[in-house]
Amino acid sequence: MSEIKEVMINSDRLATDEYLVNMGPQHPSTHGVLRMLVKLEGEKVLNIQPHIGYIHSGIEKMCEAISYPQIIHLTDRMDYLSAHMNNEAVALCVENALQVEVPDRVKYIRTIMDELARLASHQLWWCVMGMDLGALTTFFYGLRDREMILDIFEETCGARLTVNYNLPGGLMFDIHPNFQKRVKDFITYFRTKLPEYDQLLSGNVIFRERTEGIGHLSLSDAIAYGVTGPSGRASGFSNDLRKHQPYSAYPLVKFNEIIDHRCDTLARYEVRMKEMHESLSIIEQLIDNIPEGDYAVKMKSVIKLPEGEFYQRVETARGEFGVYIVSDGKKNPYRVKFRSPGFSNLFALNKMAKGHKIADLVAIMSTLDLVIPDIDR
Amino acid sequence: MGFNFYDFTALTHNIHVGLVEGFSPFMATTLEWVIVGTAYLLFVALFGLLLVYAERKVCAAFQQRLGPMRVGYWGLLQTIADFIKLLMKELIMPRKADRFLYNLAPFIVIIASFLAIAVIPFAPGLQSLDFDIGLFYLTSVSSVGVIGILLAGWSSNNKYSLIGAMRSGAQILSYELSVSLSLLTMIIFAGSMQFSTIVEGQRDGWYLFTGHIPSLVAFIVFLIAGTAETNRGPFDLAEAESELTAGFHTEYSGIKFAFFFLAEYINLFIISAVAATVFLGGWMPLHFGHLEAFNHAMDVIPPLVWFFLKVFGVIFIIMWFKWTFPRLRVDQILTLEWKYLLPINLINILLMALIVLTKFHF
Repeated sequence: MSEIKEVMINSDRLATDEYLVNMGPQHPSTHGVLRMLVKLEGEKVLNIQPHIGYIHSGIEKMCEAISYPQIIHLTDRMDYLSAHMNNEAVALCVENALQVEVPDRVKYIRTIMDELARLASHQLWWCVMGMDLGALTTFFYGLRDREMILDIFEETCGARLTVNYNLPGGLMFDIHPNFQKRVKDFITYFRTKLPEYDQLLSGNVIFRERTEGIGHLSLSDAIAYGVTGPSGRASGFSNDLRKHQPYSAYPLVKFNEIIDHRCDTLARYEVRMKEMHESLSIIEQLIDNIPEGDYAVKMKSVIKLPEGEFYQRVETARGEFGVYIVSDGKKNPYRVKFRSPGFSNLFALNKMAKGHKIADLVAIMSTLDLVIPDIDR
Repeated sequence: MGFNFYDFTALTHNIHVGLVEGFSPFMATTLEWVIVGTAYLLFVALFGLLLVYAERKVCAAFQQRLGPMRVGYWGLLQTIADFIKLLMKELIMPRKADRFLYNLAPFIVIIASFLAIAVIPFAPGLQSLDFDIGLFYLTSVSSVGVIGILLAGWSSNNKYSLIGAMRSGAQILSYELSVSLSLLTMIIFAGSMQFSTIVEGQRDGWYLFTGHIPSLVAFIVFLIAGTAETNRGPFDLAEAESELTAGFHTEYSGIKFAFFFLAEYINLFIISAVAATVFLGGWMPLHFGHLEAFNHAMDVIPPLVWFFLKVFGVIFIIMWFKWTFPRLRVDQILTLEWKYLLPINLINILLMALIVLTKFHF
């Protein structure tokens, strides 16, 4: 009874419609330990305040105490779905600083592995996207196909997720003799499975209703927030570093930069779906032409970078990943800074989800393809 | 006391007569209550477990996996093990929950389901309540459950629960219209609200076939609205896992959670049973007007088997929905009901009335 009285007295305070909901750090749709303070009015989202740092592991600081080849192993743990690209960024940065030219074989293999990692990442994103929208079956379809890529990784690198395959100056070891055959098998297999993805989710009426026109991110906003990768390209922001600053074997292959001008959730979805096709074609162009040669150049046992600042960026599955190394000439860096795509992409969420429903917030977050350790580092 | 697998009327009648002769009228009635109640409890508990198992197997088949395989042969004992686990779990209550309503809510939900199951005709003579407004009674008691859901969301003192409960309230109240209107279409066609009459009326052909387009439309609308009524995917907004963790039953644990869980599956059974009875002839075997030989062959299969075959058919379709479609958004769900299903339904009723008036049916 006393509670009812209290409510009666404070009725004008009750009359306000806005309320706060704490989404996360334990919440099924944040896919990790992201916490968002969401201000709601009924079902409508008024404001989102992301709180990060729940899985902060101090990777940048740890890098200052270890040598350059060791840094590579830490970058795996940031965006674990683009582990190979992260490794490559550090390796390229060190190679450029030392002006080491790696053999063509290394470039080809790196590019193929990049694209395989991108495919695996996009497949997982597709599974989870469906699941966030309530279509639980997509999860198993995507994982079924991703398993094949992980098996290829396992055979060649010995690991399935955190591959640790790159070194400054080349690769850890040569590709497995089965590698080319298995990759080609996978391409033929996955070409038949991609239409299945479209049948299950892309063409679904409910799915299109849920995504079309939702979460608009204009080109200027995308540039202002630094939203890169497929999420940025869906806003018409041409930012594919594989095209604009080609590295490894990317100058040698023909592929399209997928750009969509619709700026909504569906556009972000379709950009990723089309990128999967592009990745397949890139791998196809390279897989038969891997040149013979060494899989690494001989480097000094202790790598020391010349004094100065070095920056290298690569295109991961989520966008632009940058490595900034300040060296004072010692065997470990003075300062390392990683520019992670997830961090910038996350903060555009507020702009995109404002005014939409809770369910849309989940859908929009899903198309940003966030990986939390990538944000927190 | 002969046992006839094709007609239970004699059996149930004999039990009734035996009880009335052997005991005082008061005792006889009480004993009948106990027997019927126990039978329903047993049926619901066992059928609920079976449905959970079926759902897991169907879902597994859609998702290219095997589902439960370890406990018992082909995982048959898995759901029983799960249920025992739920029974032994600690009951946790949020500190600031409204104790009375919080404890009451699961019972309202499950009692509503029990009340509704009473009018379902399983086979000739296997129906505990058969009265002239059976279908009306069913729609009214099955909508009581939403009160339990609203109470659960409100009393848990959790915002996710509250949002879930509000969604569910809006959804069930809206779709109640479509369920009732599509049933009303069939009531016009059948000319009765009594279940036994409706089933008898389909002796020469199921209403789905004899009622032309209007009954087909009504069937489809009923399936959609029925799925929404049971809070199942793609209409599972009230417990949308990726949005609201578990919706209105987020704060429930142990046996109270099991009540919600069980109620969902009983409701699934009820919706399927009503669809099977009203549109697909209930326990009536598949008959085509004049094909005597075919009709006799169909009669060999006992009515109980017919009934459960049809029910499982409808249940499979509803499960199919859940495991293929993404979830709708709350405003889309209301749009679907008020802008599409309701007008379609109203036109459909007019069409059906015209067909009945002009006797333009088989």
